[in-house]
Amino acid sequence: MTNVLTQPRPIRLKGRSFLALALTPELPFEDWLARLDDLAARSAGFFLRRPVVLDVDGLDTNRAELRELIGELGKRNVRIMGIEGARPSMLGSDMPPAMTDGRPASDFEEPGGEEADETDAPLSAAPAQPLSGSVVPSIVVTEPVRSGQSIFFPEGDVTIVGSVASGAEVVAGGSIHVYGTLRGRAMAGTRGDGAARIFCSKLEAELIAIDGFYKTAEDMEPDLRGRAVQIWLDGEKVNTGILG
Amino acid sequence: MGKVIVVTSGKGGVGKTTSTAALGAALAQNGDKVVVVDFDVGLRNLDLVMGAERRVVYDLVNVIQGEAKLTQALIRDKRVETLYLLPASQTRDKDNLTPEGVEKVIAALKTAFDWVICDSPAGIESGATLAMRHADIAIVVTNPEVSSVRDSDRIIGLLDSKTVKAEKGERMDKHLLLTRYEPARAERGDMLKVDDVLEILSIPLLGIVPESMDVLRASNLGSPVTLADGASAPARAYFEAARRLKGDALPITVPGEKRGFFGKIFGRKAA
Repeated sequence: MTNVLTQPRPIRLKGRSFLALALTPELPFEDWLARLDDLAARSAGFFLRRPVVLDVDGLDTNRAELRELIGELGKRNVRIMGIEGARPSMLGSDMPPAMTDGRPASDFEEPGGEEADETDAPLSAAPAQPLSGSVVPSIVVTEPVRSGQSIFFPEGDVTIVGSVASGAEVVAGGSIHVYGTLRGRAMAGTRGDGAARIFCSKLEAELIAIDGFYKTAEDMEPDLRGRAVQIWLDGEKVNTGILG
Repeated sequence: MGKVIVVTSGKGGVGKTTSTAALGAALAQNGDKVVVVDFDVGLRNLDLVMGAERRVVYDLVNVIQGEAKLTQALIRDKRVETLYLLPASQTRDKDNLTPEGVEKVIAALKTAFDWVICDSPAGIESGATLAMRHADIAIVVTNPEVSSVRDSDRIIGLLDSKTVKAEKGERMDKHLLLTRYEPARAERGDMLKVDDVLEILSIPLLGIVPESMDVLRASNLGSPVTLADGASAPARAYFEAARRLKGDALPITVPGEKRGFFGKIFGRKAA
């Protein structure tokens, strides 16, 4: 019997960011767990069903201790989805995966704590910018994007006046415009926007993707190389067309 | 106050040390006071190319660690009296270079010399980032081939983010020095063309140094190519690059194009 491997549709690979609660344990863990229990006693179910990331950056601990801590947290119904700031030696294959590049967000309010004075209210809790339907935030980059650099703008469109080098990447929630040669990677519509497009004056890209549907340099039509091109998504098909 | 130049590339073997020595000697021959500083701690070569390997007593690490004075570590060239070398240590490793120590040494050299030329180690680790940290001008040495060009691009990104100038929000003055250029291979398409490299890196061109046996011969003699044979093609390219560094607007000639022109004439005669 033979297995016929057909590739009707590629697997979708998408990046997405979520807000998680970051817990920062302190040594010794027993004392810290006691304080956590105290907090939980005042507000049952605070951690229930919340995604929690354990931030162990700078902690002098090891894999065994960390595994025990995760077990202890599990007993308290705190489920850890990832670990931030751990050395690779501290993580086992049976433990939550390492997470990197976390970005700070406004603080979670501690439940049941002492009533804070109104004047002491944390300033970091500024409300997120209200997005009106018609205005898409965008950034303009006027320098060439060099190899190893990454332009990450999940909020909207990215316009680059210059080239994107081989080994560089541009990730945008909206569309990507490159007034120059696109040699690196461009990923548009990463937050699920299938209407996002990629435009470039000269296509030499290593990889292009819209809403998780990607094409590598090998899959691109050879006659598009070096041309001014736009790339858009039609259903699940990545389309390319020559501009002008 | 002197100017600090870093000669860098990311990739190894492209000609950083050769170019540091050749440019340093070319600038010093015009009467400028020049010091070439070897930042490649643990793998030093600049002393060999400068022909000073038998005269090294103290080095950069000794000065940074306070074991020697700067004046004790500086070696004056025997051929050009305004040319000095600050050697690297061969026995220590790069961790001995501290940011504070490097800053102090560079500041002291700046007051005494017109040009402080730092020969960066390959790579993008601490040795390379310390060498570029206090530079006013960067010379990015690149060979006309894809891996060298991409590494140079990476280095340019670091020059624009990891240097004191960049952190102050100023623009780092960057120049491209295209080395080991072989006209015949470029013509056959085996090498990237000058325009392609310039288009990818988009920084101004300081000069094009042709691949030549003269460079190897000079290195083995322990002499910068601009001192060993001033009339050779690479030496002329370095002399012109040095003049451009000083602000002269010389037109750049692509090696081989002239010969190509003569070749055509002779070719026609022969036919």
